[in-house]
Amino acid sequence: MADLLLRGIKKSYGNVKVLHGIDLDIRAGEFIVFVGPSGCGKSTLLRLIAGLEDITAGTLQIDGQVVNQLAPSKRGIAMVFQSYALYPHMTVYDNMAFGMKLAKGHDKSEIDKRVREAANILQITPYLDRLPKQLSGGQRQRVAIGRAIVRDPKVFLFDEPLSNLDAALRVATRIEINKLHESMPGVTMIYVTHDQVEAMTLADRIVVLNAGRVEQVGPPMELYHNPANLFVARFLGSPSMNTMPCTVVSGGANPVVKPDGCDPIVVQATIPVSAAGAKATFGVRPEDLDISTNGEAIFRGKVDIVEQLGEVTLIYVDVGAPEPIVAKIPNDTVIAKGDTVALTSERRHLQVFDENGIAYPRT
Amino acid sequence: MLWHVIKRTAFYLLVVGIVVVSIFPFYYAIITSFKSGTALFQIDYWPKTFSLTNYNSVLTTGSFVRNLGNSLFIASVVVAISLLLAVTASFALSRVRFSGRSLLLFTILAVSMFPQIAVLSGLFELVRFFGIFNTPFALIFSYMIFTLPFTVWVLTTFMRDLPIEIEEAAIVDGASSWVIVTRVFLPLMWPALVTTGLLAFIAAWNEFLFALTFTSSNETRTVPVAIALLSGNSQFEIPWGNIMAASVIVTVPLVVLVLIFQRKIISGLTAGGVKG
Repeated sequence: MADLLLRGIKKSYGNVKVLHGIDLDIRAGEFIVFVGPSGCGKSTLLRLIAGLEDITAGTLQIDGQVVNQLAPSKRGIAMVFQSYALYPHMTVYDNMAFGMKLAKGHDKSEIDKRVREAANILQITPYLDRLPKQLSGGQRQRVAIGRAIVRDPKVFLFDEPLSNLDAALRVATRIEINKLHESMPGVTMIYVTHDQVEAMTLADRIVVLNAGRVEQVGPPMELYHNPANLFVARFLGSPSMNTMPCTVVSGGANPVVKPDGCDPIVVQATIPVSAAGAKATFGVRPEDLDISTNGEAIFRGKVDIVEQLGEVTLIYVDVGAPEPIVAKIPNDTVIAKGDTVALTSERRHLQVFDENGIAYPRT
Repeated sequence: MLWHVIKRTAFYLLVVGIVVVSIFPFYYAIITSFKSGTALFQIDYWPKTFSLTNYNSVLTTGSFVRNLGNSLFIASVVVAISLLLAVTASFALSRVRFSGRSLLLFTILAVSMFPQIAVLSGLFELVRFFGIFNTPFALIFSYMIFTLPFTVWVLTTFMRDLPIEIEEAAIVDGASSWVIVTRVFLPLMWPALVTTGLLAFIAAWNEFLFALTFTSSNETRTVPVAIALLSGNSQFEIPWGNIMAASVIVTVPLVVLVLIFQRKIISGLTAGGVKG
């Protein structure tokens, strides 16, 4: 059982500031995923929590204790690395037992019991006597997870653990990690990834990071449906949300915005009356767009590209804006390049962001 | 077909030629060492007589056995200290960030650029200052000058190529720097350690100039010096038989060592170049 409290965490390498003050409360037993584009500082933040890097400013509390100066092994954490980082010269058994052997005060039978338990959970018992080089990538990653389990940590840290695995194995291991989390209800897990599918499927709460700042924290579906700002809106979802510049026509009740080059639209958002005339950004997700049958439409244009993915079809529609509008439509829709289509959406799916990219809350 | 045979023959002739050129001096030393009396001064390419007189006289007269012991002791201690210092130094040089790190690394390399004779007088002063003149410690101390730069360099490059995540995993597992070096890195570095250790051993074993300068009595000399100073019954007689016998005795341990470790050496020489 360990809560994590991050208060004003900053990190800089010389003059290069990587993290600009991260505040975060993580509850015991939560599965938290740090997600963001490469270079956003998510791995650095994880390494600060692990204690592999020094915190430049701010405090980090684990279980109510400030651990800024504490060695990694004293923080009650265990870490799973992207490259597995197994000790090449030790057998699987020794790899898993190494940490306990170093921490004095465990007798052999206790170590043996813990290693075999962890091996059992991960189904790697047959490989205990092998060397890492005799294992496949997926098995190595399981050994790395096993090594972390043996340490019996309060906080599990994963640094992009699935990136080195092939697609099929990635899905299987993802499910295993999910099960592992359910089987250890008191253990907090922090997971770094750039893969939004991993983030959406694993997380209790997602932390979206960008350029060393937290953009938004929340449950996956809340972030997906109610992004706090343009960055989160565009980052989550594939293909990403269609956005285009617009002008606020009127605020207050039944606010109206006018996307550039399109007709004005009534949206369901809390836009202040004073915002009338201001520049804003209009957004709608590809899967929320439908081909209009009754003539009512937000966008009209020519289909530029048709991508048939099997389960769905993506169409790229040129509506006169610099970027084409992407719509995700059922795979049985008959449509060809060059067709003119009208796209519409339910009003509750439309989003508006102010000049600074902050979302106007939806009603 | 004929062309194929000619190419093969030419290739093996070349191989034979290279082998003969590189082996011949040693071969000639061996057959000379088994000759005795005036046979020494006849040029024979095949052994005609066989006698162990030279070996007998080298090992029983004078202090050659003692010299052999000195060499063994000095070379072993040099290897042990060099590797200990080099492993710890290379950990710092490859893994700890501090200012002036590359400057330090190049300074270490620069030390080995000076010819031995250039540092001889300065070293002599140091040896006298420490009061270790004419003891094995003078040689152990001075040999570090040429063994440490290359052991540190080779091990630093090797250690730099070890994945950083393994070290971090060990840190998370609660390993101190010493434990990381001894229980995680050392087992991975065997090939590099064997190679550099052996090269250091050979260098210390064969060193002549320092050994000649920093020792003054027969009991403290190492074998290269002892062989050079072997003298015959008169000052006009050079005891070639004894010299050759002594040289063979001196070379055999090195050959044996190389044969024992050859596999490790090969992997050690290529390691570091390619990540693996």
